[in-house]
Amino acid sequence: MSTLTSTTNKVNPLTAGQLPGFALWVTLAGSVVIGGIIDSLVFYGFDIWTTAFLGAVIFLPVIYAVARGVEGRRAAADRLATALVSGAFLLALLPLVSLLWETLSNGVARFDATFFTWSMRNVIGDGGGAIHALYGTLIVTGIATLISVPIGLMTAIYLVEYGRGPLARGITFFVDVMTGIPSIVAGLFAYALMAIVFGPGTVNGFSGSIALTVLMIPIVVRATEELLRIVPNELREASYALGVPKWRTILSVVLPTALSGIVSGIILSIARIIGETAPLMIAAGFTNSINTNPFANPMMTLPVFVYDQYAHPGIERVFYNERAWTGALTLIALVMVLNLLGRFIAKRFAPQTGR
Amino acid sequence: MSKRIEVNDLNCYYGKFKAVEDVTMTIEPRSVTAFIGPSGCGKSTFLRTLNRMHEVIPGAFVEGDVLLDGNNLYGPGVDPVNVRRQVGMVFQRPNPFPTMSIKDNVLAGYRLNKQRMRASEADSLLESSLKSANLWEEVKQRLDKPGSGLSGGQQQRLCIARAIAMQPEVLLMDEPCSALDPISTLAVEDLIQELKETYTIVIVTHNMQQAARVSDETAFFNIAGTGAPGRLIEMGSTDKIFATPDVQATEDYITGRFG
Repeated sequence: MSTLTSTTNKVNPLTAGQLPGFALWVTLAGSVVIGGIIDSLVFYGFDIWTTAFLGAVIFLPVIYAVARGVEGRRAAADRLATALVSGAFLLALLPLVSLLWETLSNGVARFDATFFTWSMRNVIGDGGGAIHALYGTLIVTGIATLISVPIGLMTAIYLVEYGRGPLARGITFFVDVMTGIPSIVAGLFAYALMAIVFGPGTVNGFSGSIALTVLMIPIVVRATEELLRIVPNELREASYALGVPKWRTILSVVLPTALSGIVSGIILSIARIIGETAPLMIAAGFTNSINTNPFANPMMTLPVFVYDQYAHPGIERVFYNERAWTGALTLIALVMVLNLLGRFIAKRFAPQTGR
Repeated sequence: MSKRIEVNDLNCYYGKFKAVEDVTMTIEPRSVTAFIGPSGCGKSTFLRTLNRMHEVIPGAFVEGDVLLDGNNLYGPGVDPVNVRRQVGMVFQRPNPFPTMSIKDNVLAGYRLNKQRMRASEADSLLESSLKSANLWEEVKQRLDKPGSGLSGGQQQRLCIARAIAMQPEVLLMDEPCSALDPISTLAVEDLIQELKETYTIVIVTHNMQQAARVSDETAFFNIAGTGAPGRLIEMGSTDKIFATPDVQATEDYITGRFG
């Protein structure tokens, strides 16, 4: 027993000179309280945001000084950097959380069956819904995906597997340029193209899809290219050495190896374009009625619906605003579902390494 | 099943850089030929010309002839895909296909070429290939598990099984044991001894003892200096090369006196 007590009494040199775990939280709480007091006394009354800001400003030098005294220079620098990084993270999170919260709290009021079964045809004031916009978004985005994915995928395969010399460099350059095209320009392009091919003033769902395609192709190319490049060259060589032709190697070895990543990349690129507003306002237009034919007449989409409800309200503005919020909420929910789906596919179908 | 390889005045290039110069040699069927030499002397580059894998690298090309039982691999109209079906290759690092099961990995040469095969035929080929690679006992319970779940040594033997399932005429091995522990190395070396009954085997190795243990013929490659092309210095029976080489450089390299 005596040896046991002697060892427990002895200070472990490896754990000496460390702040106890609660010290960080005590310092943080103390800083915020002091910040709150200063806020109440010096500024015009207590306010949570000013308090948080003052608390953070006080906390940074205090935790550095405390850690410097007890733990030394390296640990103090580590604590300061941790505090700064965590603070930056919280700051970045703030607008996101606030946006989600606002949309949720304002949009949930009309997130009902009527909203998803009614269009805006002959609706003035209360009621009405966005089924026409939901159809439109699904049709327009669906067609855009059907056009963009094969083109983008094949472009990426060309760039990674075949592309050499000026043509490949040119494609890479223009893909980069296309990534930066303002979306309104894509809308104007689609509108102009339709005007040339089908006559002036052609506004329909397909035209919207063309506009989205212009925006989506570079995203698909970029995402797929990255994933094809990280497929190890050894796998291609292994396949060639078995006497497998290049095209079969790409089809049966390279693509399956990168498939889960490609699929999730495509889903994320759908999520990127599904919220585009400006090009669809020009190319797909506005309507209050359900239109499931992408080749005739304007087609409403969710982002345009949100804009329209907000910008062109009737006499009782509150109902229009409510519908705009719910439309935004639906759109966010759609994007979130797509993101989750992308992550799920990336995880589920990744090459297995299990024993 | 095995064929003689004759190489005449072969030069290998990576773009403008000449990596291997003026190699002429004959590799006998049903024998093991080892390529030894310092790093960067072009052993692997030369090995890859024997099944036209060299030209897979952008900008790489070859001058000269490689005759497989008298047929020039680099003759006009020769499809590299057909060459590679006859000349199999095992790489330095094990590279099983991560999306495929152990079974599909062994049969990959057929599956990827969409060759139809009866189930019984596929099973017997699978078993015989894995048995030849000394891997059957270890994996027969889990043929449907992914190949990447095996240990490094098992993966390398899986790659050997995959190469010999194609029943090639020649088997090229590019430092097949450099990533393996001594026990796995021994397993692969035993395997090479068994395989040479049926195949012509060419092996690149940095391990002098390994060359002495497994090979019948040894070829020594060397470079004059950085940027100079690699050359074949000397080739002969392994016993002779290791005991009484004709060239001083060979003796220096083998006995460890260089620089």
